[in-house]
Amino acid sequence: MPELMIEVKGLTKYYGDHLAVDDISFEVKKGEVVGFLGPNGSGKTTTMRILTGYLPPSSGSASIAGFDTMTSSLDARRHIGYLPETVPLYTDMTVEDYLRFLGTIRGMRKDRLKIRIDNAIERVKLGDYRKSFISKLSKGYRQRTGLAQAILHEPEVLILDEPTVGIDPIQVVETRQLIKELGQEQTLLLSTHILPEVSATCDRVIIINEGNIVAEDTPDNLAVRLRGTEQVQADIRGPSAEVIKAIRDIPGVTSARHIETATGSRYNIESASGNDVREAVATMVVNNSWGLLQLSVVPMSLEEIFLELTGGEEHEDA
Amino acid sequence: MKNVSSVAVPKLSMSGVVPFLQSTWRNTWAIFWKETKTYFTSPMAYIIAGVFLAITGYLFVQSISTTFPEASIRGWLEPSTTVFILWSPALTMRLLAEEQKLGTLELLMTSPIRDFEIVIGKFFAVLVILLATLSLTLFYTMMLFWFGDPDIGPLLSGYLGIILFGAATLAVGMLASSLTSNQVVAAVVSFGFLLLMVLTNQAADITTGLSAQILEGFSLSGHFEDFSRGIIDTNNIVYYFSVIATFLFLTIRNIESRRWR
Repeated sequence: MPELMIEVKGLTKYYGDHLAVDDISFEVKKGEVVGFLGPNGSGKTTTMRILTGYLPPSSGSASIAGFDTMTSSLDARRHIGYLPETVPLYTDMTVEDYLRFLGTIRGMRKDRLKIRIDNAIERVKLGDYRKSFISKLSKGYRQRTGLAQAILHEPEVLILDEPTVGIDPIQVVETRQLIKELGQEQTLLLSTHILPEVSATCDRVIIINEGNIVAEDTPDNLAVRLRGTEQVQADIRGPSAEVIKAIRDIPGVTSARHIETATGSRYNIESASGNDVREAVATMVVNNSWGLLQLSVVPMSLEEIFLELTGGEEHEDA
Repeated sequence: MKNVSSVAVPKLSMSGVVPFLQSTWRNTWAIFWKETKTYFTSPMAYIIAGVFLAITGYLFVQSISTTFPEASIRGWLEPSTTVFILWSPALTMRLLAEEQKLGTLELLMTSPIRDFEIVIGKFFAVLVILLATLSLTLFYTMMLFWFGDPDIGPLLSGYLGIILFGAATLAVGMLASSLTSNQVVAAVVSFGFLLLMVLTNQAADITTGLSAQILEGFSLSGHFEDFSRGIIDTNNIVYYFSVIATFLFLTIRNIESRRWR
């Protein structure tokens, strides 16, 4: 059994003259969950398409479970479950028929297929919709159908391209939970441009920008490296002058700013790294009998990360 | 001494061929079945078959509404080849264009299934629709037997010819469908191509000598005439099979080319 489930060596991809992926190398060990982080057009999807055998590399090589994606393409593809960015669905089929068809072309026998369809549908919580036509499903359920397809044949390697894009927040949480569960059984490579998603699900992060790997580390290490301060956002109902004063009095808070929004007063609160002031803010608001409408950590956006990692102002307009 | 037989073991032994055939059969069947089901669960197959029957029905009535009607299918069969020029693109336009539009081609191409299995499975699905539609025209033939005494030879060769002709137009339509993700473009391209392949016959009529022979040799309809007269010429059968094979081959290559570009 090969220890390395995904092995990428010197992978380069040109689309005509345009360099999409520039000589990248990385490895994913068995059982690892790796996040592939980068803005749109950074080469994430291209790399994933090469890994799944959909596109050929211009140079370099990629292999899945020890099988080269070009020279032993069929064998490599047998080990992959893949969810492309735009969920590929036959809208005129029912969920069940769709899964049955895909199971069949992956060489699953009827009895096993039956068990696996039940299992996959249960996993992604599509039970009520298994006989529904895919064209009738909402975006979130379509995404789940796509996920069910990817895990149907119990592949050793799961490749998910932006699995949480375009679905509602509750489903995002559920999907992340599912990804986490799957990561305990399978080797998983997922791409995203949302940092918290990576920290919530991944053992390791590979950050890619303009076709190059710019950082590779655990999410925690990256966060420490990237973030000097913590930022919290709070919507509080109360007299703003007093509120801001009370916030500044909380130990650990380095700065606080008041913004008037359409829905009320919002406060941006900064504190030193590793110092979460949310609890203190909540207690303070309750003690003063004001109304706490919203309280959340402001996630560091990928744009900020890129600014930090590449140190370039030129990325601002990108 | 070295054992000779152990040296020259063929790379492709029987033990490799059997699983290959098994998986190919299973995959092609899965594609075929999915495609056929899609046609029959949507109104598409019924509308397309209905239009074909309406037009050929009209042609049939016209062919027997003469002073001395002939008890043969030639009267409607020959003009109905023209119907295929429009009918086949309508049937085949979605086959691969839709897969590209929905992104499902990516799913198929990253599944452990060979490109030719996708193409062949889909081709047989539309072929079945063609056969199903043509089987309904047997009603006209039954009427001929009811009211007259048709010659059975030209009848059989006529049907053989129309099946080959139709299958060839489907193969052309399939290539067009693989070229684009837009179904309308696919339909227009295959329509244009088929029209050209039929018109070469008329171009052959106004030229003489070698050029006329070449044009006639390429013509889709030129090779059909013998069939409707009751002549089964190997030359014509080979022609239609070549057209089918060529266009299916080009379709497979076109799909495959995504893996090199």
